Amino acid sequence: MAETEKDPAEMKNRFQNNYILQAWLCISLALIFGISLAAVQAALGPVIIENKLNETKEKVPELLLGTEAAEKMAAANQAFKITPRSIVVEKNGIQKFYSVFEARFEGGRLGGWVTKVDGQGYADKIELLMGLDPSIETITGLFILDQKETPGLGNKIIEVVWRGQFAGKSTGDQLKVVKGGAKAANEIDAVTGATISSDSVVAIINKTINDLRQPLMDAGRTQKE
Amino acid sequence: MADQPTPLERFIRGILPENPVYRQLLGLCPTLAVTNSMKAAITMAAAVAFVLLCANTVTSLIRNLLKPHLRIVVFTLTIATFVTIADRMLAAYMYQMSKTLGPYIPLIIVNCLIICRCEVCASKQPVFTAISDATGQSLGYGLALASVAGVREILGTGMFFGFRVLPATWPDWAVMVLPPGAFITLGLLLGAVNWYSGRGAK
Repeated sequence: MAETEKDPAEMKNRFQNNYILQAWLCISLALIFGISLAAVQAALGPVIIENKLNETKEKVPELLLGTEAAEKMAAANQAFKITPRSIVVEKNGIQKFYSVFEARFEGGRLGGWVTKVDGQGYADKIELLMGLDPSIETITGLFILDQKETPGLGNKIIEVVWRGQFAGKSTGDQLKVVKGGAKAANEIDAVTGATISSDSVVAIINKTINDLRQPLMDAGRTQKE
Repeated sequence: MADQPTPLERFIRGILPENPVYRQLLGLCPTLAVTNSMKAAITMAAAVAFVLLCANTVTSLIRNLLKPHLRIVVFTLTIATFVTIADRMLAAYMYQMSKTLGPYIPLIIVNCLIICRCEVCASKQPVFTAISDATGQSLGYGLALASVAGVREILGTGMFFGFRVLPATWPDWAVMVLPPGAFITLGLLLGAVNWYSGRGAK
């Protein structure tokens, strides 16, 4: 009889000490917060994407022609006609979608291509824009759209001094990061104290050029004919 | 409850006597990082105020359900949610500002000021007290950020809120815009506040 009397108390004790039951507040709060965050993202996501798209379109002339020529173009009240395209690259049976902006002068002449790509950086995803000349032979410019690298170190990748190095680099060779004093044509100086961030950007660029050179050349050719 | 401060006292204490930056030395990372312009400082202070107010309110509402050993998890969960909302709102409606502030908005999650108010006040007090505490602390934090940013922006660029206040001949002190300027300004202001209150005590 004594045993059966003890059982309910022990059961109750066990019940109260159950980890899952103890965490009921955390679990239900996580659910509620998760749902609200999903709603916020659903409502604001499109606005944020549009902000990024507007910024991208604003940056196209500078990325393709350089700052001075872009300012001249804006002063002359001219603008590129920008057509967004999606280019599918199939590698090892995996499809990868690249979003590419085709920029044409007002007369219809091809001004170049701007591709938006992202890849893993040191802290978070790095999202960047890369300008390519019409014949995909040189990189015309680089702009960092979104990054969360270490403030004061890795986030120097957004500065003109660093990203300016990429303008004019040939797409023929793989770019390489070196520490202190880039000499060869395909070398990029690392950001001091942030080799990983520098490596990430260069890796993203190399991979993109590798994937996109042929498809973009084809696209440029078919447009001409 | 008798020796607990009233809601009004909580509110007033947050502004100066228990100012988060000058008295408690909390939330110093954004104080140093985003105060080279008034606009950035005010946006940061507003984001912190929003998170603090929401987190304090929610924590106070569920204070009777909290298990002591799980409370920090619940605080962090709550704070992270509101920080994410603030971050997304900025990215949607103040895109350029959200790029200027960069990772400092997500970093509000680890701002000790907020978890400190949840722990000290909101998890033990009714909602009204928690709200007035959050408002007072946010105002105090905003004032602290604005004081550092004001000094840095005026001395560093000769501008205030983007408008020129010093003559164009002013040699802009670039160092005030850079991180060392933040340390120097905060150090001097902290010293001034301490000197002033020490004088009052005599």
